Amino acid sequence: MSKTTERLKCGIITENPTFVQMLGMCPTMAVTTSAINGIGMGLTTTVILILSNMMISALRKVIPDKVRIPAYIVIVASFVTIVQFLLQGFVPSLYASLGIYIPLIVVNCIILGRAESYASKNNVWLSMFDGIGMGLGFTVGLTAIGIFRELFGNGTIFGFSLMPKSYEPLTILILAPGAFFVLAALTAIQNKVRIEKAKKEGASIITCEKEGNCSTCTNTLCGGKAFTAESIKREKEEK
Amino acid sequence: MNLLLIAIGAALVNNVVLSQFLGLCPFIGVSKKVDTAAGMGGAVIFVITIASAVTSLIYSFILEKLDITYLQTIVFILVIAALVQFVEMFLKKMVPSLYSALGVYLPLITTNCAVLGVALINVQKSYNFITSVINGFGTAVGFTIAIVIMAGIREKIEYNDIPESFKGTPIVLVTAGLMAMAFFGFSGLIK
Repeated sequence: MSKTTERLKCGIITENPTFVQMLGMCPTMAVTTSAINGIGMGLTTTVILILSNMMISALRKVIPDKVRIPAYIVIVASFVTIVQFLLQGFVPSLYASLGIYIPLIVVNCIILGRAESYASKNNVWLSMFDGIGMGLGFTVGLTAIGIFRELFGNGTIFGFSLMPKSYEPLTILILAPGAFFVLAALTAIQNKVRIEKAKKEGASIITCEKEGNCSTCTNTLCGGKAFTAESIKREKEEK
Repeated sequence: MNLLLIAIGAALVNNVVLSQFLGLCPFIGVSKKVDTAAGMGGAVIFVITIASAVTSLIYSFILEKLDITYLQTIVFILVIAALVQFVEMFLKKMVPSLYSALGVYLPLITTNCAVLGVALINVQKSYNFITSVINGFGTAVGFTIAIVIMAGIREKIEYNDIPESFKGTPIVLVTAGLMAMAFFGFSGLIK
């Protein structure tokens, strides 16, 4: 398998940001009230992720190591601002329904995480495919959760009525508590898979409580942790 | 009266964690013990109140005056990151007792999306300086209420027998969902 297709597969399946890495949980919970919002948020993040990955990768030899995080944040924030304008101009309905969560893409853990762990070490071409893979993986995750919540919470998918008329929608699924319950089920399934796997391999069971496990901290804090682990490693290597 | 409504609305009706999903990371990560949760809550109140005051001033006196309000996202995130560093240094030097209480939580707040979220909401709702500060304070108090309640519940959950796959984050999320349902009860407070 060539390196580019490997990046795509990695992002969409083996390291899916939503289902496997559990990153970017704030937007996941907030915007997945309907499938169309999920896909809109996913694609917006994808575009920003591709652009910022390419830019950071192109500048990786110019940015001094000590100020790299602020530099990344400025790059990401600039792209977010541009994309926000494009959405406002061309897709105003999506812009209105995503609202404050568009500028908040800046603090999305996935973007800074990919910048730090991939784009800052690889060339522009591969970083672009990494961005596409991770972004599409995130889009798939958000859309799937959005379809689930919209179908059972409202009886529709992408606005089309699908459930029989006698179906009484579980409105709670599209309200705030529903987001927590859906995510709880998702993390529980993920834990289950992990425990089974660990039992099979005879290794010690890795529960969420263990430190350094990315799934415990759902969003940006995780990025912070990843950065410290990374930066400590870097500093050691330098010494 | 209006100010009181803004504060209650931000703290209880539109609770930052339970209905807007901002600041989920510390909410799940630092809610194992009531003491640490209260410490984190105190630090968040401190930082968000200052951050909403500073960003509100910057927005109305720099960005609006120069007609560059479209740069708000970039400016706010940089200002908040710098501000947290500055607050940390200031407390360490001038108020060591407060620093020893809040110090360890301050770096965690830099990456807290609630801080940026509040600054953006203030602009979105076109709050002036005073209402911005009140809104920021109310939001942070709401965060503290939620995280302290959650920590109290988690301390009890420790003794419960829960299915293996629900241990850790899943049971916290289920609890948060139930809390979010309870907080719906506040929605009648403000019309």
